[in-house]
Amino acid sequence: MSPFPGSGLAKGLAVTLRTMTKRTVTAQYPDVQPELPPRTRGVIGLFEENCTVCMLCARECPDWCIYIDSHKETVPPAAPGGRERSRNVLDRFAIDFSLCMYCGICIEVCPFDALFWSPEFEYAETDIHDLTHERDKLREWMWTVPEPPALDPAAEEPKEIAAARKTAEKLAAQEAAAAQEQEKKEGEA
Amino acid sequence: MSDTLDVVLRLLAVFVVFLVLPLAIGQTEHKVMAHMQGRLGPMYAGGFHGWAQLVADGVKFAQKEDVVPAGADRRIFQLAPAVALLPYLLVLVAIPVGPGNAVGQVVDAGIFFVLAVMGVGVLGSLMAGWASANKFSLLGGLRTAAQLMAYELPMLLTAASVAMAAGTVSLPGIVDAFHWWWIPWQIVGGVVFFIAGLAELQRPPFDMPVADSEIIFGAYTEYTGLRFALFLLSEYAGIVVLCGLTTVLFLGGWHGPFGADGLGWLWTLLKTALLAFVIIWLRVTYPRLREDQLQKLAWTVLIPLSLAQIALTGVVKVVIQ
Repeated sequence: MSPFPGSGLAKGLAVTLRTMTKRTVTAQYPDVQPELPPRTRGVIGLFEENCTVCMLCARECPDWCIYIDSHKETVPPAAPGGRERSRNVLDRFAIDFSLCMYCGICIEVCPFDALFWSPEFEYAETDIHDLTHERDKLREWMWTVPEPPALDPAAEEPKEIAAARKTAEKLAAQEAAAAQEQEKKEGEA
Repeated sequence: MSDTLDVVLRLLAVFVVFLVLPLAIGQTEHKVMAHMQGRLGPMYAGGFHGWAQLVADGVKFAQKEDVVPAGADRRIFQLAPAVALLPYLLVLVAIPVGPGNAVGQVVDAGIFFVLAVMGVGVLGSLMAGWASANKFSLLGGLRTAAQLMAYELPMLLTAASVAMAAGTVSLPGIVDAFHWWWIPWQIVGGVVFFIAGLAELQRPPFDMPVADSEIIFGAYTEYTGLRFALFLLSEYAGIVVLCGLTTVLFLGGWHGPFGADGLGWLWTLLKTALLAFVIIWLRVTYPRLREDQLQKLAWTVLIPLSLAQIALTGVVKVVIQ
């Protein structure tokens, strides 16, 4: 029970009055673009140069919405007398966004970092067939991919930087040891 | 000749106020309600923060077909919106906004005139409910009638209390007799008058007659287009009239702490606007009262309170004489 009758009514009035003085939560979307968090799953962009046509993405896709065509080309040997190399050349890379369920498995499995999440989301079409987007469109979306968010201040170093730093430290230590030895020799001489 | 011109000008001014103020209150309600709910409200119509939203609504209503149900009592059905709206225009003529003759028409028995005519407005809802040939409309109309019965009494009693205090039933006379200490003296009466008026306008939380979740829109269910818009307009005109009356009777009309000469009408408008804000505020805050709660509030709370107010007024009046 409240201390005196009617205090609940006053409390209700206070709530509405307080809400009126606060900022509204309305998103004025078409006029103001939303501020999307990093790693937003808007659309999938393709960084073509990294793709080796390994087909992992197409095979892992749960609803088979990725189409890849390719052909093989032989590359002349790098050095005279060497063996000819063959490599896959991408002919077609398409994602049917009417099937895609935005699970992101293709992006996870890509071993060469050719697929990325882009926050772009305004690609509605009036015909469902137009939702199959080819490589040129996927490439365009690639330029909307944001930089990866910075690591937490207390996070572990990224692996590649840690490895590079370790090598550099080792090299520096060797150099320092060599220099010391030289000094010692010069001192003896 | 100049007399005729004077009358025409006054009526024109009242008519403009009658058209503009309800729209202003409606727009304020849109925006205030939205912000009290964490929204923005209309933003597009007219360009700047949706100032022309109600104009757009009016255009929309005017474009709609005016349908009269086949089983309806045609003449009464079509007449009802006018009966609901016009009384408020008539009341507005008699409400003084400033000292002297800043009033549409001085009516000697102002309180009687105003309260009697305001009661007629509710007849519009009754006519609409009866003539629509619709069960929901009929239910709404009957609820309106029950509500009118219950709340007209405390309204009249509290108005009588003010008339007793002032010793006159003329509205400008009452404001002339006003002193600041009337506010604490008549506060209970003022609150009762305001609440009863709110109930008579069928504004939330007393909107049981139009409770849209159970009887669609009560007496207005069958209405479309302009006639429906007239009913809505009459609701907002009712707010203007109620707030104006409460200001004149209980808050001292054009009396203010300063700026007594020339700025009196501004005080009246300011107090009216403040009360209109309170009406919107109450609407946003409170849920609808059930039909039995509504009746109980009137008969067991408001009427005893207004009788007590009359007794208090009488005692104080005798003592200060």
